[in-house]
Amino acid sequence: MSETGWETVIGLEIHAQLATKSKIFSGSATAYGAPPNAQANLVDLGYPGVLPVLNGEAVRMAVKFGLSIGAQISRHSVFARKNYFYPDLPKGYQISQYELPIVAKGSIEIVLDDGARKVVGVTRAHLEEDAGKSLHEGLPGVSGIDLNRAGTPLVEIVSEPDMRSAKEAVAYMKKVHTLVRYLEICDGNMQEGSFRCDANVSVRKKGTEKFGTRAEIKNLNSFRFVEKAINYEVARQIDLLESGGKVVQETRLYDPDRDETRSMRSKEEANDYRYFPDPDLLPVELDEKFVETVRSTLPELPDQKAVRLSSQYGLSAYDAGVLIASRELADYYEAVVREVPKEPKLAANWVMGELAAALNKDGLEVQSGKLPAERLAGLLKRIEDQTISGKIAKEVFEAMWATGATADAIIEEKGLKQITDTSAIEKAIDEVMAKNPSQLADFRAGKDKLFGFFVGQVMKATGGKANPAQLNELLKKKLPG
Amino acid sequence: MKTHTLSLTQLAKGLRAKEYSSVELVRGFLDRIDAHQPTLNAMVTILREPALAAAQAADKDLAAGRGGPLTGLPLVHKDLFCTEGVLTTCGSHMLDNFVSPYDATVVAKLKSAGAITLAKANMDEFAMGSSNETSYFGPVRNPWNTDLVPGGSSGGSAAAVAARLIPAATATDTGGSIRQPAALCGVTGIKPTYGRVSRYGMIAFASSLDQGGVITTTAADAALLMREMSGFDPNDSTSVDIPVPDYVAGLEAPLAGMKIGLLKEFFDKGLDAENEKRIRDALAVYERLGATLKEVSLPNLPLSVPAYYVVAPAECSSNLARFDGVRFGHRAKDPRDLMDLYKRSRGEGFGAEVKRRIMTGTYVLSAGYYDAYYLKAQKVRQLIADDFKRAFGEVDVLMGPTTPTPAFPIGDKTSDPITMYLNDIYTIGANLAGLPAMSIPCGLVGGLPVGLQIVGPHFSEGRLLNAAHAFQKETDWHSRVPERFV
Repeated sequence: MSETGWETVIGLEIHAQLATKSKIFSGSATAYGAPPNAQANLVDLGYPGVLPVLNGEAVRMAVKFGLSIGAQISRHSVFARKNYFYPDLPKGYQISQYELPIVAKGSIEIVLDDGARKVVGVTRAHLEEDAGKSLHEGLPGVSGIDLNRAGTPLVEIVSEPDMRSAKEAVAYMKKVHTLVRYLEICDGNMQEGSFRCDANVSVRKKGTEKFGTRAEIKNLNSFRFVEKAINYEVARQIDLLESGGKVVQETRLYDPDRDETRSMRSKEEANDYRYFPDPDLLPVELDEKFVETVRSTLPELPDQKAVRLSSQYGLSAYDAGVLIASRELADYYEAVVREVPKEPKLAANWVMGELAAALNKDGLEVQSGKLPAERLAGLLKRIEDQTISGKIAKEVFEAMWATGATADAIIEEKGLKQITDTSAIEKAIDEVMAKNPSQLADFRAGKDKLFGFFVGQVMKATGGKANPAQLNELLKKKLPG
Repeated sequence: MKTHTLSLTQLAKGLRAKEYSSVELVRGFLDRIDAHQPTLNAMVTILREPALAAAQAADKDLAAGRGGPLTGLPLVHKDLFCTEGVLTTCGSHMLDNFVSPYDATVVAKLKSAGAITLAKANMDEFAMGSSNETSYFGPVRNPWNTDLVPGGSSGGSAAAVAARLIPAATATDTGGSIRQPAALCGVTGIKPTYGRVSRYGMIAFASSLDQGGVITTTAADAALLMREMSGFDPNDSTSVDIPVPDYVAGLEAPLAGMKIGLLKEFFDKGLDAENEKRIRDALAVYERLGATLKEVSLPNLPLSVPAYYVVAPAECSSNLARFDGVRFGHRAKDPRDLMDLYKRSRGEGFGAEVKRRIMTGTYVLSAGYYDAYYLKAQKVRQLIADDFKRAFGEVDVLMGPTTPTPAFPIGDKTSDPITMYLNDIYTIGANLAGLPAMSIPCGLVGGLPVGLQIVGPHFSEGRLLNAAHAFQKETDWHSRVPERFV
């Protein structure tokens, strides 16, 4: 197959679980990990006679999302029933929104690898309830049903078919992920299924207007799977078309173990969901005041933050982009800068470099508190005032990470304080020169490269503590004789 | 002392005056329920022991001067109201093993006002029917002639009150299920405004039409119960948060000057001539009381039956999807797989009429048919609501017959669903428009009761009860008891 000559078209439907304390239509808790059915009350179980009551907090969160992407907030939206039979769907219908969603058209800007910016349209975002789970493991011969998740509030964010590569799709999904966490409306935990997506993928000959037939890949719960699944699917469709075949409109599942997508059901087998307005729930009517109240709770959004970090601290667009990836990381960075206000670039390098690497190695998030911002700033202060060199600082950082001690304590304990006393450095230089007469002679005969050798030897002799600038200066003076 | 022919209001007075105890009262009604169960089949479950225990507790409360407005008074609930710890069948094989873990709001409110539940009343399966013949537990018989239907779906409630097995019963009305059986059994029934009474714990048939109410012997009793049952319920988003008036205090308001609209479309050729005469006689009573009559037309009303039989089945097809054999209710034996579990549990659990409506509803909501049926029916519904609104710009209440004919023989209409559906032709409009409506007895035709229907604007229950009470002070149709139950 050859991907040249083909264009990929991707649209995503992202499901973000809203971080409400209770479910969207019942008072049950939404916390993850409870024993099966411990968080399912009569409403969640779909008992005869029970009725749904809308959780206002879910509405507020959906509106918050809509406002953050500049979308129209519907003053009048309607819950509808999506009817189908499945054991983990207790009522035989899912309460969702169909013709009149709470959030209408909006848009999200993404940054591509080459730094180019692209606007992805958001068609709509609507509120709905999640279904339960079927359990098969450890239950020979039967299926178990866990309805803890049934009724958990979701906002489904539907994009326009605006993305043209798996990378763009991932960039978009990451952006939405960042956004919902900034807004504190979703914990973004993809392993627990709090943030997942369905990808609609099609290909068409470059230059054609008409979209190709699409396949929908269901339930992708990691950025990596989104990328791999789309790439597999694109290749599959191109292969199919180039060998004279036809893409069928169908639902497919991605199998990460085999890195392939497989057909779940075709359009012909698809359910007719018989949507109709849910008569148990009143339409959601929002007035201007409510919308404005929600607007006033919006935090500084990622894009705004990136612009501010760049201009306030003189950071590159790239650095700012990395730092705003999570609100916690950006907050951490700014907390460090508050302590070393003259060194914003140094702070950025350390937060994105040593700190990020250490967190990554231990599988921790910046908000874990393992190394508070003041601690890292304490280290940077010693670089700033030349107590230690950058190189020693890395050693100190490692010790801080391992022991939790302050930079000063470690510097003191290990005697890492930089030597800035000229006479002490001179003394060390004299000793090195005395020990290495032949190298000295060669240097003086014109082998300039040996300058580095003497730097190294003196550093070694001082345990790396000699102030590098001073050392250079003194060597330049002393070596030529 | 003969207590069974007394009204709830009279019994409340008697209890407080210590003329009899709650235990005596409850035992007396339980004995009547038991005695007539074989002939009338009005109940699905009889709660003798718990009712007597509650009566004992009520007597203590009464002796201590405690208790609510209904303390010690006997009541029956239609078997679609969920009652905690008690079988709640909805007249269906699907739920013949379902013990509800909670009380419906109506049940809880009446309980906390002191009422005692003696039994759960038989009904058409899932409230789908106009004759009580669709019940899994067999038809209820009309106390006026046991070869005839009592009407439905609240047939058990109406027959029990008519035979004085109980002074009052809860009931529900989706297309006439309170008013039609009340008319055919010669008792008083009120369907409140949609949203006046909580639907929480009422097993849903058609959510946008269902409304709980009561069947009693008098309008005064209906007022007494409505005062306790009504009101906003945080568990029901469609219940309306406006204050509940004191319906009892409003009963005696004068009728002089009341403008009564006669629905032209109700006095059509489908109306039995003798039936019409009783209605006209009743209207003459109102004229004597100072009301004026005026003919009004609701041109879209004849469309109410077809609109109803699209909207109601559509909602029912979705509401009844939860009965799948997975979590409660009937479950097929030894299912081969999931599909088999669904198909057989539902195939075995539901009766023919319920299946017919589920299929109709599924059809009208299907892709390609939704606009032609469901959406169009909703538009018709709006037109009918607008017609009513216009009419209430001219008159205070509308009056007419509740049913085209008196009670018909059991088995007469079961083979022809359309004829059966047409029995609700006069009652459905109020459901589609969400309006309060009553039926009160206004005469006999061939020894069978005839009902006068009164429909009012939204939240005019007080005015309806007032009008019904005024009529009952002038007439004695409401105190007629079928001969063998006197």
